[in-house]
Amino acid sequence: MSMLDINDLNVWFGHGRDRVDAVKGATFTVARGESFGLVGESGSGKSTILRAISGLAPLWSGGMAVDGTALSKQRPKAFYKTVQMVFQDPYASLHPRHSVDQVLGETLHLHGFGDIDARVVKLLDDVGLGQKFRFRYPHQLSGGQRQRVAIARALAPEPELLLLDEPTSALDVSVQAEILNLLVDLRRDRGLTYVMVSHDLSVVGHMCERLAVMQNGQIVEIMGVETLRKMEAKHPYSQSLLAASV
Amino acid sequence: MADQTLRQWLLTDTPTSRRHAKLSAIYQGWLSFRGNTMAMIGLWILLALVGIAAFAPILSPHDPFVQDLGNRLAPLGTESHILGTDSLGRDILSRLIYGSRITLYIVALVALIAPVVGLLVGTVSGYVGGWVDVVLMRITDIFLAFPRLVLALAFVAALGAGIENAVLAISLTAWPPYARIARAETLTIRAADYISAIQLQGAGAMRIITRHIWPLCISSLIVRVTLDMAGIILAAAGLGFLGLGAQPPSPEWGAMISEGRRFILDHWWVATMPGLAIFTVSLAFNLLGDGLRDVLDPKGGE
Amino acid sequence: MDTLLDVQDLWVKFPSRQGVFDAVRGVSFTLGRERLGIVGESGSGKSMTGRAILRLIRPPGIVEAKQISLGGVDLMGKSEKEMRAVRGQRISMVMQDPKFSLNPVMTIGDQIIEAYRQHNRASKTQAYAKAVEMLEAVSIRDADRVMRAYPHEMSGGMGQRIMIAMMLIPNPEILIADEPTSALDVSVQRQVLDIMDKLVKDRGMGLIFISHDLNLVADFCDRVLIMYAGRIVEICQADKLSEAKHPYTRGLLNSLPRLDAPRDHLEVLKRDPAWAQAPSVSGRV
Repeated sequence: MSMLDINDLNVWFGHGRDRVDAVKGATFTVARGESFGLVGESGSGKSTILRAISGLAPLWSGGMAVDGTALSKQRPKAFYKTVQMVFQDPYASLHPRHSVDQVLGETLHLHGFGDIDARVVKLLDDVGLGQKFRFRYPHQLSGGQRQRVAIARALAPEPELLLLDEPTSALDVSVQAEILNLLVDLRRDRGLTYVMVSHDLSVVGHMCERLAVMQNGQIVEIMGVETLRKMEAKHPYSQSLLAASV
Repeated sequence: MADQTLRQWLLTDTPTSRRHAKLSAIYQGWLSFRGNTMAMIGLWILLALVGIAAFAPILSPHDPFVQDLGNRLAPLGTESHILGTDSLGRDILSRLIYGSRITLYIVALVALIAPVVGLLVGTVSGYVGGWVDVVLMRITDIFLAFPRLVLALAFVAALGAGIENAVLAISLTAWPPYARIARAETLTIRAADYISAIQLQGAGAMRIITRHIWPLCISSLIVRVTLDMAGIILAAAGLGFLGLGAQPPSPEWGAMISEGRRFILDHWWVATMPGLAIFTVSLAFNLLGDGLRDVLDPKGGE
Repeated sequence: MDTLLDVQDLWVKFPSRQGVFDAVRGVSFTLGRERLGIVGESGSGKSMTGRAILRLIRPPGIVEAKQISLGGVDLMGKSEKEMRAVRGQRISMVMQDPKFSLNPVMTIGDQIIEAYRQHNRASKTQAYAKAVEMLEAVSIRDADRVMRAYPHEMSGGMGQRIMIAMMLIPNPEILIADEPTSALDVSVQRQVLDIMDKLVKDRGMGLIFISHDLNLVADFCDRVLIMYAGRIVEICQADKLSEAKHPYTRGLLNSLPRLDAPRDHLEVLKRDPAWAQAPSVSGRV
């Protein structure tokens, strides 16, 4: 059974004359346990799809279903126990006045967990941070450490589907390698499903089994990673994107 | 831990408990505040003011209300009346010392009411948006459109003269700018990823506003309030001067200037001494506000 | 090869409460009529190096150097006023995000004309003609329309080209480009690089290209300095970057995911504290 079903999804911003169509007629499915990539240049609508799934982009039409359940405009609380998101910029996704302990503790509290202390400790270990980071504030952490905290926060409710919005594009390459390795391990250990947005084809090629190429809000091609590696993309836009990134 | 000084413990990069992390953050803020000489001068003046107000009965050489018509309008440096006496022969220094209590009372009350109302209106307006925003902001506009002192005059006229009503009137006219600031800050904060992230945990609007938006708005409001304090003291003094604030024989500084005005050409010190007191305290608040901005403003820090 | 710029023992220091922090530690290199790449991760001091050459480090930062000589004249001895004549005139700088470098309330044409007239005595019409010529030099086809536009109407790639055009007006000898293409999409990145490449070749300029992207630098530059913790750890010819020897450079190269060589796990860089301690390698020729 598929974990995520997107059917003829349209997402737009603004009303009337100001309306901007960010995503037009996107259709794809992601199987349980699969890692699916969305690639394209800035403004292609790839991040908007993630925001629509997570409920952060309220203006959409079409069909979205997570784990067989169709999504409505209002997301029930249980939805956030299944679907979580990691944002692009770790410098912007952590509250500047909240310590790591507060960030994780509040998340756990909101999801109704009881043994918060034990769980915070476990989460920090899971993302490779350890106890000494527990009471630090974001300004005392490096970019990579912040992103680990953001990943820990996303893992806190024990979700099944993780939406990754360019999780490493703000990081140095050596740190990127550490975060990508962490994500690979977490998926294997917890049987997670990933939908990963990136402008970097080699990152998507490393992380994903299938990917969709987007241009101007439309999906122009969906291919397997083998096709990508062999440079056998069919659509001219995917070909040019491939040519530019090697 | 044993071979560690308290200073090292506070300056650590690896706090070991919630309390430790909080204390360490406060201490680092204090260190950067302490580095600002002007702000420290402001802080000392205000601490002195609090001390004077607390120990007024001990510090003042005379009873501020006792009249001595035989010794009225004594000049500066008169024996046992260093700052002279006023038109009823009361000791000006003692009146200034007791007047500090009233000033502090006004400042504390306004600082409690105006920013809290402004914060509430501004953050709700900014976060909820839509028609709530429109309604709240138009109300704010109406209050902003009136000149502050005139509106305060109208309130006092309606409620009756007196120090509590003056404070109420000033607070009611002081909150709209805070609401504007809080709303503007909320609009930028609302779009931040960390707010999206907590929304994705299913947090409600109330929790997001109070736990996530308020902590970030409060620092800039504190700065703004301290900078506005001078204006608030002046407004209270102005109301006192017009006879609508503190009533005689209360030693409120503005009322004292008002009384001294009649003799300003021949006996200048009667109006000047309370004027200098207002000036000093206003300046102290401004210096403190500038220093606090450097410490608290998240945009300037790091 | 004639030397345009000779930097010897450059330090950038930031005094702080915890003591002095050295952002750049004793860096030396020369620049001829070539494309010199400086690569490193964030915090490696690469941007600081670029800014220090123009003495653009804000207080409390301090720049120290044995010499920074431009055509035989030491920039360290110059007053702030004399430096202003050097900045823009003889050494130009292109920043990462053009949005922050252009004035949002002036048309692009007005900005270029103003910049031109600041450096040259010219009538409005002459300056206009020159501005159009500049825009055409950076492959902007409908230059007249762009002249009338405001910065927010431009895409990132267009904005960066306009910035480069503006930098080139005084005909500088050296162009310092600090991550000029990091904010751009890959396809646009290529175009901007090609423009810079052509200009450097045609005008015989020296280019300092600062970037975090190893592959890009290897592709685009002649010579590469690799910086780590404020020091130059290795220097190599760009086309031989894949044969680099320093473990840091090797680690960086290996930590990149590659389409042609799929792996389960990427190699993680193990940082050796000794790298930060070792003296800087000299990049002088």
